[in-house]
Amino acid sequence: MKTDYMKKLILAGTRADGRALDEFREIVVKKGVIKTAEGSAMVTIGQTKVIAGIKMDAATPYPDTPNEGNLIVDSEFVPFANPEFEAGPPSDTSVELSRVVDRGIRECHAIDTEKLVIVPKELVWSVHIDIHTINDDGNLQDAASLAAIAALQDCKIPKYDIGKKQVVKVETFVVSTGKPLPLNDTPVEVTVHKIGPKLFLDPTVEEEEASDAHVTIASTEDGSLCAMQKGGNGAFTIEELVRAAEIAVEKGREVKAAL
Amino acid sequence: MSKEGAPEKLIIHGKRLDGRKLDEFRPMKAEVGVIPQSKGSATFSFGETKAIAGVQGPGPMHPKGLQEPTRTKLRCHYFMAPFATSERGRPGRSRRSTEISKVIGEALSNVIFLEDYPKTALDIFMEILQANASTRCAALNAASMALAEAGIPMRDLVSSLSVGKADGEIVMDVAGAEDNFGDVDMAVATVGGGDAFVLLQMDGVITQSEFKVMLEMAKNGCAEVYQRQKEALMKRYTAEVSE
Repeated sequence: MKTDYMKKLILAGTRADGRALDEFREIVVKKGVIKTAEGSAMVTIGQTKVIAGIKMDAATPYPDTPNEGNLIVDSEFVPFANPEFEAGPPSDTSVELSRVVDRGIRECHAIDTEKLVIVPKELVWSVHIDIHTINDDGNLQDAASLAAIAALQDCKIPKYDIGKKQVVKVETFVVSTGKPLPLNDTPVEVTVHKIGPKLFLDPTVEEEEASDAHVTIASTEDGSLCAMQKGGNGAFTIEELVRAAEIAVEKGREVKAAL
Repeated sequence: MSKEGAPEKLIIHGKRLDGRKLDEFRPMKAEVGVIPQSKGSATFSFGETKAIAGVQGPGPMHPKGLQEPTRTKLRCHYFMAPFATSERGRPGRSRRSTEISKVIGEALSNVIFLEDYPKTALDIFMEILQANASTRCAALNAASMALAEAGIPMRDLVSSLSVGKADGEIVMDVAGAEDNFGDVDMAVATVGGGDAFVLLQMDGVITQSEFKVMLEMAKNGCAEVYQRQKEALMKRYTAEVSE
């Protein structure tokens, strides 16, 4: 079985592609890949490829945050990206992925949402981040979160016509103010996987299938932890979790360098 | 980023707004065998947060295409009743409940001998009847006991709780204003009161050293929850024998 072989390799401290256990594949970030979006980015990690696009529109604020803009993150596991993906309503994995990306951004207030008010208590900007998987060769979570942050950095606020109550458009294109989205931080998510006692990063899809458990850890620029989510059927000890947090912060800096 | 309606302070002279000490739980209640029609059932509450869980199966898996040849398909269904919150919630599945159901399923998969029932489906239904934070933890605690009553072979019970940070202090069993206006909420679950963490979800900003302190507090707290769960199971069967 391929899964058993992958487990054996990790337990021996090696990997099929020769990487060290804590080594990422090559990360490439390309911003501004979608002209119709207010912000966009394509991230590749090895053969894994995702695109994040941001659309902004004016909306009523949520009752508990009347003077803040809104953030909405969705993800689409496009069936061509992995034979396991199915068309139709989002799978629980897809829902979880976008919610974990959302929390990484939201919890450290990466977007300065207080600066996204058009009319106080009435009209604010909604920032919709949509993440589409193009090819899944493992580690979609880290790729998705990096793409979301890169797209936020690329995002420019559109022009808004208060009289007409709409975003200004010319043909199919939104007219930009040229003003970047106000950002406070650059959170990065790193998922630490585990097989037996071994911790490893950036799995391929085969390594992911062999993994016992994983924990996604979002960290901020100052090295604080701002969101975490454990997945998989295995368990982590306290010692392993503390070590995973160290690894995530350290490697997060490396990943961030790709932005 | 203060939200509307936030109290000025969440901790005053080392006491929390509801009078608890930093490392104190709300009153916990656990009862097994509460739904006669269910194969196994239980309730668990942390103060005002009340969860009830029932197990159905293992039974036939439909559609057959989704059968797993070597193990049972564990399906967890976490729901929040529309009347469980101050503002009526929308009934049925939400993105939130989908995610919670997934992580609860993963936590329980760690202890259930899934391979004992190949090709079948095992369903666990959890309802939050009244919510005041830590609902996923109460649901998981109830589910774990319900599975035990149903006689599903398990390595041990899963015990869950939340720890958090409010006004800069690490606190046990987040509730009320701490949930809405506190800095951090971390839900965890361990196996058999030990240090195998099978569920971990953290929101908010903490340092690495705070994380370690929270994990230690959570581990000790889960051991206490584990005792309550065991007592409730013992009580269920003690009663049966004495009848």
